[in-house]
Amino acid sequence: MTERDPRTTIEVSNLTVRYPNGVIAVRDTSFVLDGGTITALVGINGSGKSTLFKTIMGFLKPVEGLVRLNGNSVTAGLKAGLVAYVPQSEEVDWTFPVLVQDVVMMGRYGHMGLMRRPRAEDRAAVDLALDRVGLIELKTRQIGELSGGQRKRVFLARALAQGSSIILLDEPFTGVDVKTESAIIALLRALRDEGRLILVSTHNLGSVPDFCDKVVLFNRTVLAHGPTETTFTEKNLLAAFGGTLRHIRIGGGDLHDDEDERRVTVLTDDERPVVLYGARDAEKLVTTQTRSEKAKPE
Amino acid sequence: MIEFLLEPFAYSYMARAIWVSALVGALCGCLSGYLILKGWSLMGDALSHAVVPGVAISAIIGAPLAVGAFASGLIAAGGIALLRRLTTLKEDVAIGLIFTSFFALGLLIVSLRPTSISVQTIAFGNILAISDTDALQLAAISGIAFLVIGLKWRDLMLAFFDEGQARIVGLNPWRLRLLFFALLSAASVAALQAVGAILVIAMVVTPGATAYLLTDRFGRMLVLATAMGTMSGALGAYASFFLDGATGGLIVLMQTGLFLLAFLFAPKHGRFALLRQRSADT
Ligand SMILES: Nc1ncnc2c1ncn2[C@@H]1O[C@H](COP(=O)(O)OP(=O)(O)OP(=O)(O)O)[C@@H](O)[C@H]1O
Ligand SMILES: [Mg+2]
Repeated sequence: MTERDPRTTIEVSNLTVRYPNGVIAVRDTSFVLDGGTITALVGINGSGKSTLFKTIMGFLKPVEGLVRLNGNSVTAGLKAGLVAYVPQSEEVDWTFPVLVQDVVMMGRYGHMGLMRRPRAEDRAAVDLALDRVGLIELKTRQIGELSGGQRKRVFLARALAQGSSIILLDEPFTGVDVKTESAIIALLRALRDEGRLILVSTHNLGSVPDFCDKVVLFNRTVLAHGPTETTFTEKNLLAAFGGTLRHIRIGGGDLHDDEDERRVTVLTDDERPVVLYGARDAEKLVTTQTRSEKAKPE
Repeated sequence: MIEFLLEPFAYSYMARAIWVSALVGALCGCLSGYLILKGWSLMGDALSHAVVPGVAISAIIGAPLAVGAFASGLIAAGGIALLRRLTTLKEDVAIGLIFTSFFALGLLIVSLRPTSISVQTIAFGNILAISDTDALQLAAISGIAFLVIGLKWRDLMLAFFDEGQARIVGLNPWRLRLLFFALLSAASVAALQAVGAILVIAMVVTPGATAYLLTDRFGRMLVLATAMGTMSGALGAYASFFLDGATGGLIVLMQTGLFLLAFLFAPKHGRFALLRQRSADT
């Protein structure tokens, strides 16, 4: 396990990424992230979030700019086992003859010798990771024999077992139920407290103030970047999402019987909404508790 | 009776054919475990045809056939991999395009400069007539190939299963893929001499397919496929002494027999197990 390490960083500078078909998915993007924080990467479909992840891991080569992991090149970072990644959609063959525990073991390769023979500590790390995502009972299932949400958690467990100090998660909440979502959030918080750097893209706007310390609002380039409190505002969200957000405002007479000017604003990208409350243009984030969600009828 | 059963071993050519077939069966069987999972089954066919120009050129200039075959198989495999990387053409298209071109080139060379090797030998193999030098060459090729697989089988598995994760843990999937193609070329060359170009594909597909039905764990699948390749190779060559039949045909039919058994009786994925499961459910 990594110690609290202030040197854990991702530095992205002047990054521009172009696909062979000419689409410029990321333009002139710069930001710095530090260990011990969770950062949300938020933006509409096609805004370049997955592209950014793939470039941070060196799967895609930027046409301009560069990424540094802990101050070193991406290649050196990968060699050192710095990065764990939970992909948006796993492009794997679900009929492959591997068990759940074998897939999680693939996260341990960086810790093993030349022949990748698992040792007791590797097995222990695999069991621990499976336990943390609640899949320990299913560890000897063939991976195709799992539900969509369970499959997602296998890959989360693999990232955990890897023990990397940088963890990238591309939309880990899509297709998982509320219980699993809170479990994943609790897990991410624990990992942050261990000093790791976590970057997570999500459309689940409501949960962002819950567990993310920082936010990067993204559409091809960084629109806004900073602490959640000051960055995750209605103005910035509307800038990032344009007309594509559901936007519900309740105020004045609907809410109060008096002259109270305060109003409630609900913004949602179709998952958990963001709720803001307060006087006009001075609305504050309201944390929507996961508890109330659990009580919600199915 | 015992004497009768041991008779083939009294002939040195038979003894040699048996151990060479077993070795070739083992190597092809092991690689088949990887091949069938990638939808690359046709690759075995492709390589066995793609080695023909190499064999023809070696025969003309008097170089060892295995060397020429290996080189030309490797170039073809590299070409297929390159075409895949540089375009979005599907694997089967790349395979079909490259291997027919190579085979055509081979045919052209053989027709322009007729040599001692006949098209007949290439097509059907002739394990009973294999020379000592060729047998030793095959043994060396297989030995090296098994050493590499023994060291790298888990890395290859990861690169085949999840390229992204392979890169994340610092592996180079592109290099591993080339390594696999090199191994496969070597195996195709070996199998070409044992069963001939037409039947090579069975050697690098059937044992893997059978093993796949028998287990859900990749490591065990490799071991099972290797074991079945070995057994069918040895038994096929042995039986050909009594039946006086084509060795290649017997080896491949033996593998098909094993496949049918697994298809029906495999503990979890066999027909009967699935039927039992279904009746238990209802
Ligand atoms: N392989 C590709 N070739 C060409 N263009 C691509 C490719 N992959 C993505 N794009 C384009 O690049 C842009 C960014 O895509 P990306 O997948 O990074 O978006 P995203 O923010 O992850 O979206 P989502 O929320 O839907 O996951 C899109 O306009 C997309 O059409
Ligand atoms: Mg995406």
